[in-house]
Amino acid sequence: MAENKISLRIGGPAGMGIMQTGLLFSKCCARIGLHVFDYIEYPSLIRGGHNTYQIRADHEEIHSQVVPVDILIALDEATMNIHCDELRDHSIVIYDGKTVKPENTRLHCGIRCPLPMSEIIQELGAKEIMRNTLALGAALGIMDYPFEVCEGVIRDIFKGKKEEIIKEDVDAARRGYDLGKEKYRHLSQFTLHTVDSPKRMVLTGNEAIALGAVKGGLKIYAAYPMTPASSILHTLAAWQERHNIVVKQTEDEVGTINFAIGAGFAGVRAMVGTSGGGFALMQEGISLGGITETPVVVVEVQRGGPGTGVPTFTEQADLKFVLNAGHGDFPRILLAPGDVEEAFHLTTTALNLAEKYQTPVMIISDKYLGESHKSAELFDTSNYTIDRGKLLREAPPNYLRYEDSPDGISPRTIPGVPNGLFLANSDEHTPFGWSCEEIPNRNTQMEKRMRKLETLKQEMPGPNLYGPEDADLTIVTWGSMKGPVLEAMNWLNREGCKVNVLHLTWVSPFPVEAVTNVLVNAKKTLMVENNFSSQMAGVIREQTGIAVQEKLLKYDGRPFWPEEVYDKVRSML
Amino acid sequence: MKQEDLATPNKPNWCPGCGDFGIWLAVKMALTQLDLKQEEVVIVYGIGCHGHMCNFTKTYGFEGLHGRPIPVAEGVKLANKDLKVIVVAGDGDTYAEGLNHFLMGVRGNHDVTLIVHDNRIYGLTTGQTSPTSEKGRVSKSTPTGSIEVPVNPMALAVAQGGSFVARGFSADPKQLVELIKAGINHRGFAVIDVFQNCATFNKVNTVEWFKEHTYRLEDTKYVPNDRMKALQIALDEEKLATGIFYQDSREAYDQDVPAEKGDALVDHDISDIDITESMEQFT
Ligand SMILES: Cc1ncc(C[n+]2csc(CCOP(=O)(O)OP(=O)(O)O)c2C)c(N)n1
Repeated sequence: MAENKISLRIGGPAGMGIMQTGLLFSKCCARIGLHVFDYIEYPSLIRGGHNTYQIRADHEEIHSQVVPVDILIALDEATMNIHCDELRDHSIVIYDGKTVKPENTRLHCGIRCPLPMSEIIQELGAKEIMRNTLALGAALGIMDYPFEVCEGVIRDIFKGKKEEIIKEDVDAARRGYDLGKEKYRHLSQFTLHTVDSPKRMVLTGNEAIALGAVKGGLKIYAAYPMTPASSILHTLAAWQERHNIVVKQTEDEVGTINFAIGAGFAGVRAMVGTSGGGFALMQEGISLGGITETPVVVVEVQRGGPGTGVPTFTEQADLKFVLNAGHGDFPRILLAPGDVEEAFHLTTTALNLAEKYQTPVMIISDKYLGESHKSAELFDTSNYTIDRGKLLREAPPNYLRYEDSPDGISPRTIPGVPNGLFLANSDEHTPFGWSCEEIPNRNTQMEKRMRKLETLKQEMPGPNLYGPEDADLTIVTWGSMKGPVLEAMNWLNREGCKVNVLHLTWVSPFPVEAVTNVLVNAKKTLMVENNFSSQMAGVIREQTGIAVQEKLLKYDGRPFWPEEVYDKVRSML
Repeated sequence: MKQEDLATPNKPNWCPGCGDFGIWLAVKMALTQLDLKQEEVVIVYGIGCHGHMCNFTKTYGFEGLHGRPIPVAEGVKLANKDLKVIVVAGDGDTYAEGLNHFLMGVRGNHDVTLIVHDNRIYGLTTGQTSPTSEKGRVSKSTPTGSIEVPVNPMALAVAQGGSFVARGFSADPKQLVELIKAGINHRGFAVIDVFQNCATFNKVNTVEWFKEHTYRLEDTKYVPNDRMKALQIALDEEKLATGIFYQDSREAYDQDVPAEKGDALVDHDISDIDITESMEQFT
């Protein structure tokens, strides 16, 4: 019997409401106190194709999805064909007995649980899309889940909608639940029941970034829609009135970055979000932020490139691009969150850093982090304070905006401050801002700007080392691969292996000493990253001179599954 | 603000006889005549000869990228709606590299005054054809004559829903000062395309040429309140009108933004923002 441990997958054509049903199950699991992680795959189209939503829930902490599927809801035969190899003998397969025929597919194991979905939907007079809800209800019944909690979740999700719409959903879930319980509960090894736990959210990396931005005092968010960054735009747009912020869909990404830089220059916290292609259009603007020393935060949620690439899939192949964003030398700050907590906290940090260091701060995420939901306790913001750095609302006598300073950071006025006039100039400039191409001034200004990185190095945290300090093998990874890698590490250590994980979240400035220390002392090293050319291993070598010994790379648009990391480590030990 | 407040330690570096001088003087006259506080004016400049004005005019200034001053200005205005925001740009800036921003600025009716130094040539890059050069223009980049027909900024702005569309001439300072003042006072996106000569690279559109080909709308019975009539005037490329083509009083962008209803964004208190309700939404 498996209690409070489940891996469920729903699959079917796009446009069938799979996303909403998947999220409903994630929330149902979190509501009874379980940890949740989900992973979504969908093609770049609105109807048809193959969508899947995979949810894993556990009473113990989890970090990623896993390969085996305990319950498969197959809304079409394709789902059965594609995912039957993930099933085990005792897995449950739920489908509409009328429209899905297992004999037409490769289905070779699992317990078949057909349901008369079409008939029930007809009988209820419900929309076709309710089939999902019905099937999910059945899954919950099969696991003996407390139905009243599910009804509560449905009511919360549809809060504000008409009662008849809500009731349609609740009824469909209820019918499925009763049927599932009556017909198949006795065949099921899986049970879900309420456990004691703190209240948890279920949210994506993008939503965590949006929350972090609001907490960090964001006033203006600008973006041009681009998967997989768009849900930051949607989330913030919906909060405009609640949080008194301005969200602007601009004409293009060139406009986006210049607009945000204008806002930053005028004294508000501004952020933009995009994916690789849009980020490419922002290059000149980011460089402009560097020389004018204007605070701005840029979020790059990577998808598979190059070109339009695999637009709804994940990759970590923009690392070196983002690290070198914009032409010329200027201080670039780059943060790479690995999960929703880090996405939230690093966004609040980024908004502080941008103002404190008066330079563009970039956050690199990806589709896997940006669109996968994870459960998390309400974020603790008690240690966060807004730090506006050397912002002046009154100017001292003989004020000079770009005056040289030991830490590289000059006091900064904003328009409206009397006697604080200056010229923010994309040409090299004097301490006032006047254009100037003379050698000593050029050197002073360049060195002043670049010195900011040295100052920042003194206050930045080192990378995180997870697992035993003294390990036989060290996995090095960054950003969203934290989840599958930690998951694999836990499995390995539970089996008596000694494996630890070095996870990088601050990429620029690079934590040279801390990384060197770990790698010099490591017995064996393995780099795990989601790209073809092992970009982070290249960065590490450039920064520390150390080559990570082995690499586990993936560039098929999918994240790592912990099993893949586990197998690789096993082969090395 | 007085004329001397606007002075800087830098001397203008335009070629002798450049139309930029006339526009510069008109900008300074307009600013002083409007009796604005110096710290409340932001001028955002493009890159080109015109943009050098940033070094000779003391206000809060932002010299951005070639083609991109308009979105910067929009960001400034939304961040602090109490500011007067002016863009000084070139024809290359506005109608080539930044045409998208131009149309979107007009469409959004951001409260920004756009002054385009339209010399029908690329000055700073030493004389290539511009989007406002006539078809057949022989230039360094088009030795056998340009192939495209010119962009018609007035017609574009009128057709795109412009709320203030005007044209001036660098050698008619009296009219130009009034246009710039009207543009700054206009609550919305004010387009002021300013004909100017380029003494060095444009041997076609000289001061005399502009004088011969232009007339002032103020000298006619024209009333700038009819978009169709404005379009008709804008499309006349033989007799070129100067003055206000069209003006109306539709809401400026910021006036329709909920968060802009109270204080300027820059004055909002961000010290301790409560996100509990938004976090609860995810539970
Ligand atoms: C992205 C980019 N492309 C090209 C240039 C080079 N450039 C500088 S000014 C200019 C055109 C100048 O023409 P215009 O905007 O009409 O201004 P003018 O010099 O005539 O006042 C160009 C192409 C640049 N600075 N940036």
